Amino acid sequence: MVFIAIGSDASVKWPGVRCPGMGNTSVVRVSGIRKAYGATVAVDDVSFTVEAGEIFGLIGPNGAGKTTTMECVEGLRRPDRGRIEVLGLDPIRNAAALQPRIGVQLQEAQLQKRIKVWEAVDLWAALYDTSVDGDRLLDQLGLTDRRDAWFMTLSGGQKQRLFIALALINAPELVFLDELTTGLDPQARRAIWDLVRGIRDRGQTVFLTTHLMEEAERLCDRVAIIEHGRIVDHDTPAGLVARHCPQRTVVVTTAHDGAAARFAGLDSADTVERDGDRHTIRGRGEDLVTEVIHCLSEHGMRVTAFRTEEPTLEDVFLTLTGHSIRD
Amino acid sequence: MTGRLPLRGLGKLTWLEIKIFVREPMGLIGSVVIPVLMFLVLGRTFGPRLAEAASPAAAQMRTGLPVFVAVFIAISAVLSLVAIVAIYREGGILKRLRATPLSPVTILVTHVLVKLALTTVTVVLMFLAGRRYYPAGADVPLLSFTVAVLFSTWSILSIGFIIASLVRTARFAPPLGSLALYSMLPFCGLFIPMDALPPAMQAVSRVIPLTYAVSLLSGIWQGDPWSAHLGDVAALFVVFGVCTAIASRVFRWE
Repeated sequence: MVFIAIGSDASVKWPGVRCPGMGNTSVVRVSGIRKAYGATVAVDDVSFTVEAGEIFGLIGPNGAGKTTTMECVEGLRRPDRGRIEVLGLDPIRNAAALQPRIGVQLQEAQLQKRIKVWEAVDLWAALYDTSVDGDRLLDQLGLTDRRDAWFMTLSGGQKQRLFIALALINAPELVFLDELTTGLDPQARRAIWDLVRGIRDRGQTVFLTTHLMEEAERLCDRVAIIEHGRIVDHDTPAGLVARHCPQRTVVVTTAHDGAAARFAGLDSADTVERDGDRHTIRGRGEDLVTEVIHCLSEHGMRVTAFRTEEPTLEDVFLTLTGHSIRD
Repeated sequence: MTGRLPLRGLGKLTWLEIKIFVREPMGLIGSVVIPVLMFLVLGRTFGPRLAEAASPAAAQMRTGLPVFVAVFIAISAVLSLVAIVAIYREGGILKRLRATPLSPVTILVTHVLVKLALTTVTVVLMFLAGRRYYPAGADVPLLSFTVAVLFSTWSILSIGFIIASLVRTARFAPPLGSLALYSMLPFCGLFIPMDALPPAMQAVSRVIPLTYAVSLLSGIWQGDPWSAHLGDVAALFVVFGVCTAIASRVFRWE
């Protein structure tokens, strides 16, 4: 891989980055970064961009290098090699200029046990030239009734919402969220997802990491999958699924005579499995479902159950890495 | 001017840390209540006898007791700082603060200020509480003595930063800090006069910072002018300079 030396002319190339739509709207550009701790290479030749106004997710299992990568982009760690540009700035050399423009939520961060919610927001607001109204922010994040509570008394979901508040206090252009919903129950997780969508809808860019494929699929406009410190692929969740897992499955329950043979004759169908009245039709391409529905109506089949199964990012991860993300 | 002061947030963070400290009962007991109680108990036990006795040993004890408690207050402040830095680091609080425009220096200066404020309160309380056992101490220069305690604490805090830098875990920081600081006590001239120590121990006593703090505190308690202790002041400045330089090189945020 070619390492391009520091330079800021417009012709600078970003090797290894093949994102469609990459252009002047990239708020983060990472090119060929590597970070090792002793003999352990945490991040190796990682390149990607984050575009303005999107929710970008760096996804992968624990220990894949997500947090290291994100902390390099935030300017908290210095990569051994490679280039990073955030909002046109070098996150380490231009840290003072960059910090007021970004908001950061760190993985497993804590605050002083006995700091009150409003005190934390008030302190953070005092650190920036411009800040949004703290009370309104607490209201938006549903923390108004906990404003006088000590940090140590907050639930996991409340702590994370407070960290989001602190990350948003300076009205940042770019917000970093590292493993935001880890350890939260499904209900709290959904509430947080809505908040993150709200951040994007207000025009701010979100860069998050997660090891939850469902979270990435529901929340992210684009994702990069990282495994053993390397980016395996990146695209929209739907794009990744379409490219790596084009299989579609339709499960039809019908007592119609000869249904299995008719399904097997469809253009897009690869296999048909029959278990009593239940037929599982597997095929590839987006036409499979339409073909099955046409076939059902053409032959006037009486259907008692109908279900389609679509592959998810979980399946993409399995296809790309050969193992499940939970392994 | 962008209005970005180098110590932005210092006032707010300091006030906040003082409030947070007061909300922690154990810290308050260890740093304020115990030294004051210790002074009261010791003063009550030995005070009346010391006040009457005219022997040189009694005279030394009259000064030695308040100085011992003052040194204890300073060491408590330093240990409390070591513990807080270790806890804040382990809990990721330092890291979280570092991801803001808050300068690292501001965070450290804040904790020094909090400890000095606490030291002031404790010294004054100790003085007020012990007054009735030290009738002769009524003319002790309280302001000067407090300043001397603060100055000594400030100097020894820099040693605390080195300890906080080297000891990574919150569990081991306080015991190792205690070991490092309390092991200086026998050599600092507080219990055994410097002249009575064997030459080897005198050499040790000359290089440990506590010796100069004790010398300064004893002198000021007895009514010496500051000008008589310029050597001690200089030594404590050197300690602060050297230790701060070392600490800033070895200090880790996480």
